[in-house]
Amino acid sequence: MFFQHLLNGLIIGGIYAMVALGYSMVYGVLQIVNWAHADVLMFGTFIGMLLATFLHVPVIAMVLLAALFTAILGMAVERVAYRPIKSANRRMAVLVSALGMSTFLQNLAQLVFGSGTRQFKVFDTNAYEIGGMKITGMQILILSVTAVMLLILYIMVYRTKLGIAMRACSVSIDNAKLMGINTNMIISGTFGVGAFMAGVAGILVGNYYNAVYPTMGYLLGMKAFAAAILGGIGSIPGAVFGGFIIGVIESLGAGYISSAYRDAFSFLVMILILIIRPAGLLGAKHIDKV
Amino acid sequence: MSKIKELINKIKKIRLSKMQKLVALIALIALIVAFPYMVNDKYTIHVFILCAMYACLTLSLNLIIGWSGQFSLGHVCFYGMGAYVTTLLMMNFGMNFFLATLISIVFTSTFAMLLCLPTLKLRGDYLAVITLGFGEVFRLFLTNEVDLTKGPAGIPSIPDPVIFGYAIKGKQAYFYFIMILLVAFIAFMKKFNNSGFGMAMMTVNEDDIAATAIGLNTKKYKLLGFGIGGGMAALMGSFYAVYMGMISPTSFAYAESIKMVSMVVLGGMGSIPGSILGAFLLTALPELLRAFSEYRMVLYGALMVVMMIFRPEGMWSRASRLKNEYKIKAEK
Repeated sequence: MFFQHLLNGLIIGGIYAMVALGYSMVYGVLQIVNWAHADVLMFGTFIGMLLATFLHVPVIAMVLLAALFTAILGMAVERVAYRPIKSANRRMAVLVSALGMSTFLQNLAQLVFGSGTRQFKVFDTNAYEIGGMKITGMQILILSVTAVMLLILYIMVYRTKLGIAMRACSVSIDNAKLMGINTNMIISGTFGVGAFMAGVAGILVGNYYNAVYPTMGYLLGMKAFAAAILGGIGSIPGAVFGGFIIGVIESLGAGYISSAYRDAFSFLVMILILIIRPAGLLGAKHIDKV
Repeated sequence: MSKIKELINKIKKIRLSKMQKLVALIALIALIVAFPYMVNDKYTIHVFILCAMYACLTLSLNLIIGWSGQFSLGHVCFYGMGAYVTTLLMMNFGMNFFLATLISIVFTSTFAMLLCLPTLKLRGDYLAVITLGFGEVFRLFLTNEVDLTKGPAGIPSIPDPVIFGYAIKGKQAYFYFIMILLVAFIAFMKKFNNSGFGMAMMTVNEDDIAATAIGLNTKKYKLLGFGIGGGMAALMGSFYAVYMGMISPTSFAYAESIKMVSMVVLGGMGSIPGSILGAFLLTALPELLRAFSEYRMVLYGALMVVMMIFRPEGMWSRASRLKNEYKIKAEK
C-alpha cells in the first residue's frame, strides 16, 4: 500500500511541479507572485476541453493549441495587470492587481463556460498492474509528459541564449538591461513559458480527475505555490523538487492520516517550512538591503 | 467629465465650522434613528444592515492592511471563527450573547496573534499565502468536524441576543444595533488613528528599520495589529450569526475575503472614510444593479486591476486627504 500511495503522490506531484515552475520563474525574474497563474491554467484547460469535445481536434494538436493559448493569455495578463503598475508601494499594488486579475479570470470563466463541472476524457485509461501496484495509462502518460516537459525546460533554461538571458534577469534585472538584454521581452517570455507548462499540466489534471470547472485553479494553484515555497521560490530545481514532495506528502497523509483533510496537508507543510527555513529547501538566503 | 471634476474640487474645498459640524452630526443621528420608520421596506433595511456590517469588517481589515501594513487574505477566518465560537457558546452553554461575544473576541484575537507569530519575519506575499492557506484549513475544519460544527449543513436557529431582559428581534432593532456598532468602530478607529499607538504602528508600516532605530518594538505592533483587527472581525462575525439566525461554512469562503480586500483597496488603505465608502459602494451597488449581479465578481476583479494602475492609493485615501488639507491651507 505504501508504494501505491508513493506512486500516486509522485504522479500528482509531477503536475504540481509543472505548475510550481510558473510561479517560481516569474518570482525569480520579477519578485512578484503571479496570483493569476492558476486561473490562466484553468482557462487553458477549458479551451482544450472545448477543442476536444466540440471541434474534435486530434489530441496532440489539441494539447499544443490549448497550451499555446494559455501562454498567450499568460503574457497578456502580464501586459495588462503587472507592467503598467508604477506605484510607490509597488509590491502591494502588484499583489492587489494580481489578485484582481485572478478574481476576474475565475468569474469570467463562470460567466462564459458556466459554473458546473464538465467532463474531459481524451486519453487511455486502461489499468495495468506492475509488481503489485496498479497504474493506469493516464498515470503513465502524466509521468512521461512531465519528464519530457521538464527536460525541454532544462535545455531551454540552461542551454539556450533565451535561458541565459532569463537567468541574467533573475540575478539583476537592471544589470541585464545594461548588457543589452531586452528585459521586457524576457519577462513576457518567462510568463509565456510558465503559462505553457501550466496549460499542459491543466489538460493532464483535467483528464486525470475527468473534471474541468472554473474554480479548479484555486486549490491546484495554492498547492503548486506551496511547492514553490517549499523548494525555495525563484529556484527552478527547487520548484520541481517541492512539487514532488508536496504530492507525496499529500498522498501519504490522505492514505494514512485522514482523507478529509487531504487539502490541508500541503498548507500545513508550507507553514512549517516557512517557520523553519523561510528561504525554502533549495532557495538562496535572501538579504534585504537597506 | 471636466464638470464632474469641478464639482469634486468644489466639494473638496468645503470646510465646516464647529457649529455646522455639530448640526450635521445631530441631523445624521436623527436620520439614522428615523430611517427604519421612514423606509418601511424590509429589504432596503436589510441592505443597509449589510452595508454597515461590511463597513465594520472593512475597518477591521484596513487596520491590518492599511495601518499595520500586513497583507491578510484570510480575514474571513477570523470573521467565521467569531461567528462559530459565539454560536457554539450560546447554543451549548446557554450563554448570553454579549458574554459569548466577549469570549469569542478574546479567543479570536489570541488566535490571530498566534497565526501572525511565525510570519513576522516574512514579506507581504508569504503572509498573504499563509493567511489564505489558513482560511482554507479553517473551512475544511468547519466542514469536516461534524460533531462540533454540524458540518456543511451549518447551525440553524441561533437565538436572538438578550440585553436587560429585552430581546433584539426584527430588522429595525438589528438596524439600530449595527448602527451603534458602526459608530463605536468609527470612534475607535479615529481614536486609534490619532493615538501614539496608532502612529507608532504606521511608522512600523512605513519603514520598520527606521522604526527600530527610534526604539519601537516592531514585532509588538505587527502582532497587535493582527490581534485587534482579528478581534474586531470576530465581533462582526458574532453579529452576523445572530442576525442571520444560521451559519454554515459556505458563508465564510475565500470569495468573502476577496470582497473585503477589494473594499479596503477601493476605499483606500489606511483611510477611515475610505473604508466606509468602499464597503457601502461594493455592497449597495450590486443590489442596485441586480440585473448585473452575475457580473459582480468579474467587475470586482477588473476594478482592482484598474484601481491599481490609475489610482493605487484608493478613492479616498489618507494621502489624498492630507494633500487636499495642505492645498487649502496654502490657498489661505
